[in-house]
Amino acid sequence: MPLLEVIKEKCKGCGLCVKACPFGAIEIVNKLAVVKESCTGCGACLDSCKFHALYLREVEKQPKVDVSEYQGVWVFIEHEGPQIAHVSLELLGKGRELADKLSTYLSAMLLGDEISPLVEQLFRFGPDRVHCIEDPILKHYRTGPYVTAASLLVRKYRPELVLAGATTTGRDFASALATELETGLTADCTELDIDPERGLLVQTRPAFGGNIMATILCPHRRPQMATVRPKVMQMPKPVDTKGGEVIRETFDLNEDQILTKIINFIPSTETVNLADAQIIVSGGRGLGAADNFRLIEDLADVLGAAVGASRAAVDAGWISYPHQVGQTGRTVRPRVYFACGISGAIQHQAGMKTSEVIVAINKDPDAPIFDIATYGIVGDLFEIVPLLTQQFKRRLRK
Amino acid sequence: MHAVVCIKQVPETTDVRFDPETNTMVREGVSSIINPFDEYAIEEALLTRERFGGKVTVLTMGPPQAAEALRTALAMGADQAVLVTDKAFAGSDTLATSYTLSMAIRKLGPLDLIFCGRQAMDGDTGQVGPGVAHRLGIPQLTYVCKVKKIDWESRRIEVERLLENGVQVVESPLPALLTVVKDINQPRLPSLLRMKRAKQAEIPTWGAIDIGASPSRIGLEGSPTQVIRTFSPPKRTGGQKLTGEPEEVVKELVDKLFASKVI
Ligand SMILES: Cc1cc2nc3c(=O)[nH]c(=O)nc-3n(C[C@H](O)[C@H](O)[C@H](O)COP(=O)(O)OP(=O)(O)OC[C@H]3O[C@@H](n4cnc5c(N)ncnc54)[C@H](O)[C@@H]3O)c2cc1C
Ligand SMILES: Cc1cc2nc3c(=O)[nH]c(=O)nc-3n(C[C@H](O)[C@H](O)[C@H](O)COP(=O)(O)OP(=O)(O)OC[C@H]3O[C@@H](n4cnc5c(N)ncnc54)[C@H](O)[C@@H]3O)c2cc1C
Ligand code: SF4
Ligand code: SF4
Repeated sequence: MPLLEVIKEKCKGCGLCVKACPFGAIEIVNKLAVVKESCTGCGACLDSCKFHALYLREVEKQPKVDVSEYQGVWVFIEHEGPQIAHVSLELLGKGRELADKLSTYLSAMLLGDEISPLVEQLFRFGPDRVHCIEDPILKHYRTGPYVTAASLLVRKYRPELVLAGATTTGRDFASALATELETGLTADCTELDIDPERGLLVQTRPAFGGNIMATILCPHRRPQMATVRPKVMQMPKPVDTKGGEVIRETFDLNEDQILTKIINFIPSTETVNLADAQIIVSGGRGLGAADNFRLIEDLADVLGAAVGASRAAVDAGWISYPHQVGQTGRTVRPRVYFACGISGAIQHQAGMKTSEVIVAINKDPDAPIFDIATYGIVGDLFEIVPLLTQQFKRRLRK
Repeated sequence: MHAVVCIKQVPETTDVRFDPETNTMVREGVSSIINPFDEYAIEEALLTRERFGGKVTVLTMGPPQAAEALRTALAMGADQAVLVTDKAFAGSDTLATSYTLSMAIRKLGPLDLIFCGRQAMDGDTGQVGPGVAHRLGIPQLTYVCKVKKIDWESRRIEVERLLENGVQVVESPLPALLTVVKDINQPRLPSLLRMKRAKQAEIPTWGAIDIGASPSRIGLEGSPTQVIRTFSPPKRTGGQKLTGEPEEVVKELVDKLFASKVI
């Protein structure tokens, strides 16, 4: 039986759902929507029906765990040596809010070696507790030992939520940990909230390349786990430390039990730090040639900004991939984002639309970028961008 | 050498448009493709076979029509394909999907390498590969951009992983599961000759019972996450369009940016 149900009484046979289904799984037969076996239950059609005739069948599941035994909001702290990843701090900010809604505590889950200085730093960002395991084996992130350590802590202290950054490390870690714990993991959330009635984590995320948003729950298993991309949540302001409770555990693994060895790390020579940039100037296909990126760089120089790009510009070989902003590039959240000669495709928007102020410069008045731009200038970028550079130069020098 | 490649059939999203008037995702014609990232996984398996000999098996869990994706993979050069399909699998989240795939992989017998894509274009989680590796108890090497060497004597593999701030070189024993990124290679096109043969190829289909899957761990029942609602992304509304002579517009913009204290 397909997962999607049609309420026959409500269906008007209008066919909107047919268009909405990416799998071609709905047909209209005798003015009634009929769901075929090829339905994957993805839910992409649900919102298309204006008559509320569609719903996804829910299997009444037996709770797998006693959910009331689980308490506390945990954030996995990603770090390299003494440097804590920004996304972990951002998640502590969000975690605080969620913990308050649930009237529970917030904890930072810290795995590593020589972590004392980190503990102090962490308390400035609001957790009530730090759950940690300190061991030389945990010096650098490796899936095996980190998941062993984390599952030990989670099984013992039973948090109801575990959040991690949707970074290469965070995803690698959370995917394996969720499998180990046989629980649900929602990827790349852009919103997290608590359902006031059931106390569940309401997780919202983009799918199908940003074309639809899905709201996801994990009602019957614990912990509820989610990853969140960097820069999606706001960085909390550090406070003077009030300290907090440090809970230490140990584990005994030794190096020869660990399968993978890190041999080397080659830092990228490119110094593109889009993720942390306060101002980003981006160029797209409208620039027409690699050389013209100079215009973008000039403006960026004056503003002390980072240089971004659309995928079209990267694919054309005008600039390297680390500069790409969007669904398959970086997600950024600067104070100001300048989009120059970028049309504003949904995949590009996916990486920059939460910027505080968006400035669009495009010669096509109908370019979709104008739909999200705070300020738009319809014009030739070859004229506008140098003028902007000039103006800023004058005004900033004072 | 036996390499298994997990591939997923996905709707071709490039021809999905969002129609703001009707608030729907509009599709012109329905075409399905191999998840683009998985083509890199297939290519890497084929390259490995070309270097060391052996065979490549492609595996997918999906509806019966996912056989098409497998045929394309055969036309690229894979030796054999298996379709894991059962109504009972419908509604699987990544936990159930990785369980199902891992059971099918166990049935495939001894292997050296498993290749997955970095993530699927539709579900977009990147969770299935690590899930499969963890269930099989083998190392997961994610975001691999280069296989540096495979030593069959000591049965170890050395790869480069593409991380946000650089490249990490790691080594692990075989068998191992690799999820690959686009930088790893340039996938070949399916050959016409092979395409013909692939059309005729027998593709075994395995259901839940064939792979010995426990009913409580597959499909909806085995999926802790539930999609409860979908909606179109909230639209950020456009603000002001500044018009006038270029010099004036630019000055106005700069004034506004200074006034709002963002610069
Ligand atoms: C799965 C998938 C993932 C993707 N991921 C990303 C991603 O991460 N990031 C990304 O950016 N894209 C991504 N894309 C591609 C995306 O769909 C667009 O193709 C891409 O963003 C277009 O880049 P663009 O805006 O530079 O080019 P175009 O869409 O060609 O736009 C160029 C714009 O420049 C304007 N222009 C031209 N000349 C001038 C001039 N002289 N002055 C002013 N304006 C001018 C034009 O009016 C036009 O609007 C992805 C696509 C897919 C299918
Ligand atoms: C809108 C929406 C949102 C979703 N969100 C979540 C979520 O947050 N959490 C969750 O657990 N599930 C989620 N799902 C379910 C998820 O899409 C499915 O479980 C899907 O079967 C696999 O996940 P993926 O598409 O993310 O694949 P990914 O994990 O991104 O795929 C990575 C790689 O795994 C391999 N692979 C993946 N699927 C298969 C397959 N069927 N057969 C063979 N190889 C495969 C491929 O090599 C692929 O490149 C969501 C589904 C939808 C429709
Ligand atoms: S959109 Fe709703 S009313 Fe229209 S055909 Fe589909 S189910 Fe019926
Ligand atoms: S749930 Fe997904 S696959 Fe099923 S009919 Fe709706 S859009 Fe199509």
